Amino acid sequence: MKSLPITIDSVSKAYGSYVALDDVSLDIQAGEFLTLLGPSGSGKTTLLMALAGFVRPDSGKLLLGDRDITRLAPNKRDIGIVFQNYALFPHMNVLANVAYPLALRKTPRAEARQRALATLARVKLDGLAERNVAALSGGQRQRVALARAIVFEPRVMLMDEPLSALDKNLRETMQYEIRRLHDDLGITTIYVTHDQREALIMSDRIAVMNSGRIQQIDTPQRIYDRPSTRFVAEFMGEANIVAPGSVRRIDGAEASGETLMIRAESFHLDAKLVGSDAVALEGILRAKAFRGENWLLTLALDGGQEVLVCIPAALAGGCAELAAGQRMTAYAPAAKVHAIPGAMA
Amino acid sequence: MTVTVDPALAGDARRERRFFLSLSLPALFIVGLAAILPILWIIRQSFLTTGGEYTVANYSKVLSSGLTWSALVTTLELSLGTLAICILLGTPLALALASARPRVANLLMAFVMLPLWTAILVRTYGWLVLLRRDGLINAALTGSGLTAEPLPLVYNFTGTLIGMVHYMLPLFLLPVYAAMRDIDPNLIRAAASMGATLGQVIRTVIMPLSAGGIFSGSVIVLIYSIGFFITPAVLGGGKVNPLSTRIERALSTFQDWGSASVLGILLLVLMALIGVMLLAARRLLAQNTVAASHA
Repeated sequence: MKSLPITIDSVSKAYGSYVALDDVSLDIQAGEFLTLLGPSGSGKTTLLMALAGFVRPDSGKLLLGDRDITRLAPNKRDIGIVFQNYALFPHMNVLANVAYPLALRKTPRAEARQRALATLARVKLDGLAERNVAALSGGQRQRVALARAIVFEPRVMLMDEPLSALDKNLRETMQYEIRRLHDDLGITTIYVTHDQREALIMSDRIAVMNSGRIQQIDTPQRIYDRPSTRFVAEFMGEANIVAPGSVRRIDGAEASGETLMIRAESFHLDAKLVGSDAVALEGILRAKAFRGENWLLTLALDGGQEVLVCIPAALAGGCAELAAGQRMTAYAPAAKVHAIPGAMA
Repeated sequence: MTVTVDPALAGDARRERRFFLSLSLPALFIVGLAAILPILWIIRQSFLTTGGEYTVANYSKVLSSGLTWSALVTTLELSLGTLAICILLGTPLALALASARPRVANLLMAFVMLPLWTAILVRTYGWLVLLRRDGLINAALTGSGLTAEPLPLVYNFTGTLIGMVHYMLPLFLLPVYAAMRDIDPNLIRAAASMGATLGQVIRTVIMPLSAGGIFSGSVIVLIYSIGFFITPAVLGGGKVNPLSTRIERALSTFQDWGSASVLGILLLVLMALIGVMLLAARRLLAQNTVAASHA
């Protein structure tokens, strides 16, 4: 299967005065797994639907390989889509659902059946071919939707929050399975989610969107550790945004940068665990909460700003004994202190 | 392990069920009074002579009359013709309404429903004004030179059919529109993304999923059409005589309650037969859609 790169070139879309996509440009490489991540209303689904052909952009261009698909009808785009609510045909059984795109292509009956069955086996649904879709569990429906989207070997796959209706354990299993399927097929995939963890686990690259714009596009690690805006920093996890003035370096040197981001889990309570170029934050313990794998401490700095400090339970021997109101210091290694390029916006 | 049921709680459950069942009593009473009793009375009538003795003469008289059979054929022609036109006109209209933006759909729906708020007699005479030899339509046709002679649009089968379709179309449209509007738009998007053309989407997704609505609409149209009286009586001009007008004539012209009752029973039997056929058709349809999609 030959997968294709996708080019999104200054695409905009407005609904009345509401701007859903604001001059979005994005290049997705052939075979890449790219996630559009953002809160609801950020434009990620609109962008996906524009690629699928269900939303007509106001301006801009969409290219699949070298081909301009901006004005191409959805049924000619050769794109597999997995919908949030699965969109399985209720009047067809599992096999008929999966064989549907093949039937449209006039594939001989026997071959279509055989290919549909093989695809069902690939998503671990062997033996359910004759089942009515209404009789399936959420996870099984998800797999049928997946099988149906890949059976006709599209060159691009779009997934619109496909796991949001599943419970947590199943969701995690499916994350790995979808990623493995992608690696097996090598198909260019654009995945939409509002779950930052899911995006981190699954993606080659993540494009974080907000208010119709792409805030940052990068690898999961860089998005998490080196966010380019405050929005990205806070959306990706528990981030503390502090001014250089509120921290001091252990070695006495000036902390540089305009706005610093330190993730809650970057802190240590023991100065011996960090280097001499680490920064220290001093304050009063406001609250503490045990969260299973870690403790979450809320520290009020002298300036009044609150900072979240997350200590792994394995390293948090003394956390249970800490009392609210007591003065304490948290240390973060220099490598984990990130200067956000943008100002305190 | 067995659970001992507290008799008081079981009693509560029973009382609750009984209360909800009892809500249907007024309706059951009315149905019994207004439908079942009269039917039993008609069955009895059909076996009585004018003198009040039991006989099967009414049946032999009515069933051996050629007029009865021609009325039966007319009834079927009118009903099935009306249904066919309703399906041909109503299904695309319902599809248009269901795919229109909500505001446009509501406006169009208001136009569709408008005739339902007008008395049927008024509407029927309205058609008379339009369809007559010197009516608006013929005046326009001859005036513009499209036809040399006025077309025979009324006091015949055509006129009756036009009037009946006009009455039945909204009744057909409602369930079909409801069924189509309930189709998840993502199903249509999914089909398109897999390569389905508009025609294929309609054939493989929209039609199978609105079959239930089309079926309900068809049942309603047939039930209304089979016993329809006013429109054939006014627009048929005495030349279109389904069972309903025969019954009226038997009663008002000949005061022949026996024959009228037999004709009424004939109507009932016809309706029952059509009901059975429709149910069979639906079962067949359901099987076919699954089989057809089994590519």
